[in-house]
Amino acid sequence: MKILVAVKRVIDYNVQIRVKEDGSGVQTDNVKMSTNPPDDNAVEEAVKLRESGKVKEVVAITVGEEKAQETVRKALAVGADRGIHIKTENYIEPLGVAKILKKIVEKEKPDLIFMGKQAIDDDCNQTGQMLSAMLGWSQGTFASKVELKEKSTQITREVDEGLETIEINLPAIVTCDLRLNEPRYASLPNIMKAKKKPIEQLIAKDLGVDIANRIQQLKVEEPPKRKGGVKVANVAELVSKLKNEAKVI
Amino acid sequence: MPILVIAEHDNLNLKTFSLNTINAASKIDTDLHVLVAGNKCENVSKAAASIPLVKKVLQSESVNYENYLAENLTPLIVKLADKYTHIIASANTFGKNFMPRVAALLDISQVSDVTKIISPDTFMRPIYAGNAFATVKSNDKKKCVTIRPTSFDPAPTSGGSSTIEKIDAVDTPNVSKFIKKEETKSERPELGTARVVISGGRGMQSGENFKLINAIADKLNAAVGASRAAVDAGYISNDHQVGQTGKVVVPDLYIAVGISGAIQHLAGMKESKIIVAINKDGEAPIFSIADYGLEADLFEALPQFLEELNKLNTIQK
Repeated sequence: MKILVAVKRVIDYNVQIRVKEDGSGVQTDNVKMSTNPPDDNAVEEAVKLRESGKVKEVVAITVGEEKAQETVRKALAVGADRGIHIKTENYIEPLGVAKILKKIVEKEKPDLIFMGKQAIDDDCNQTGQMLSAMLGWSQGTFASKVELKEKSTQITREVDEGLETIEINLPAIVTCDLRLNEPRYASLPNIMKAKKKPIEQLIAKDLGVDIANRIQQLKVEEPPKRKGGVKVANVAELVSKLKNEAKVI
Repeated sequence: MPILVIAEHDNLNLKTFSLNTINAASKIDTDLHVLVAGNKCENVSKAAASIPLVKKVLQSESVNYENYLAENLTPLIVKLADKYTHIIASANTFGKNFMPRVAALLDISQVSDVTKIISPDTFMRPIYAGNAFATVKSNDKKKCVTIRPTSFDPAPTSGGSSTIEKIDAVDTPNVSKFIKKEETKSERPELGTARVVISGGRGMQSGENFKLINAIADKLNAAVGASRAAVDAGYISNDHQVGQTGKVVVPDLYIAVGISGAIQHLAGMKESKIIVAINKDGEAPIFSIADYGLEADLFEALPQFLEELNKLNTIQK
């Protein structure tokens, strides 16, 4: 069995986002970048399955500019076998990314595709489901547990009401929640070894798919600022303010 | 051409968030239809038909729609899409699951998690966990849109009497199978719609200690929330999580207890009207957005808080 894991390079989750003054987007110059957090869970789950012997090969793929390769290199350092980097010039919407991935899936023919349930930059939550529909595959979104069987996989999904369990036929796409597992850190020897693992690079526009963006970003602005920071001395004052000033209790 | 809202329900009742989504959709176009796909879901169709903002209800029944598996629901919506300019659903785990499938098959770039309708093709949506807001214009002919329900008021539920049209179910791929749903039953209000929410974080130190939170929740008729740290630590189940990848809440009063205030948590609650923070670390980032901050040990402050609440003659419900 073979698993393709898709990873994305995003602004690190600890970075305080700054909106550009001209409203054209957010500051990305000299900002720490890293792998989208739930994508780390996707890589971890795939590597664990390979270590268990159920899976033969784990291939990590990313779509993005030159430096996006770092995310594939990181996946290789924690155990992925080889990498693919689809190079792009600019931001591509989930629809375009799904089309690119479909093209690669047709060539690689994996049995499973793992990726994070959502990227923490554009917060779209679309790519996995889109790719699944384009391929006519089944999907298990927001997965916090994956049990792989021979021809199917059982997925526990985190949904608004609690937990839902479904069984989906292979081939399938699984989008991973942060609670799926605890991603490991790469050891120094493995980071060195990963440098020797192959990353195939392809150019997005040579793949012959329509990746033109359909959504125009007109403006990016900061959220309204909250005036916080007022402290109360004790519980009695807090309750009094909630009752008499804020009038919420 | 009309617009189509996909209703969320449990085959008996329409879910509250569908009302918020219908209200939001009515700002795009008033010729608004609702699809109720399910199994033995007549009651839901009737509830949808009595919403004054709804012009027509489409009801499609099949055992394959019972648990709204995305793979089975998608072909029906794609088939109906011909007659509509916009396909709309709530941006919760219901809508997020199937809408991108619909969009992909229609070759549409979806607009996710809309918090403001500017025009039928222009929307505002949060990005980077709500640390920025993007105004975007969709250039696709048809649009697939998911709505953040807590950003809109619910539509009134009575007074309407639109027609219910029965439509045939379509073939489903049946590549997935529903096994079970473990719902957390609670007497308390729903987290997404509660007027008051009290949440605990890592500072609670154990699941057992959430009884301090629960006692206050009972007193204030509040829903109980949690930070990701508290859920990860196993103090409380996942359906209580507030934040970027959990639920977004906008109550009148949000009380954060033992929560430091990571940006991922703030993303889920910072639009609340009044925010209270109780934390013993005076430097915790949660204080910078709290209307009232109390720097105190929560294990002393929570019992005192309950005691003070008990002294009040009346508490708003």
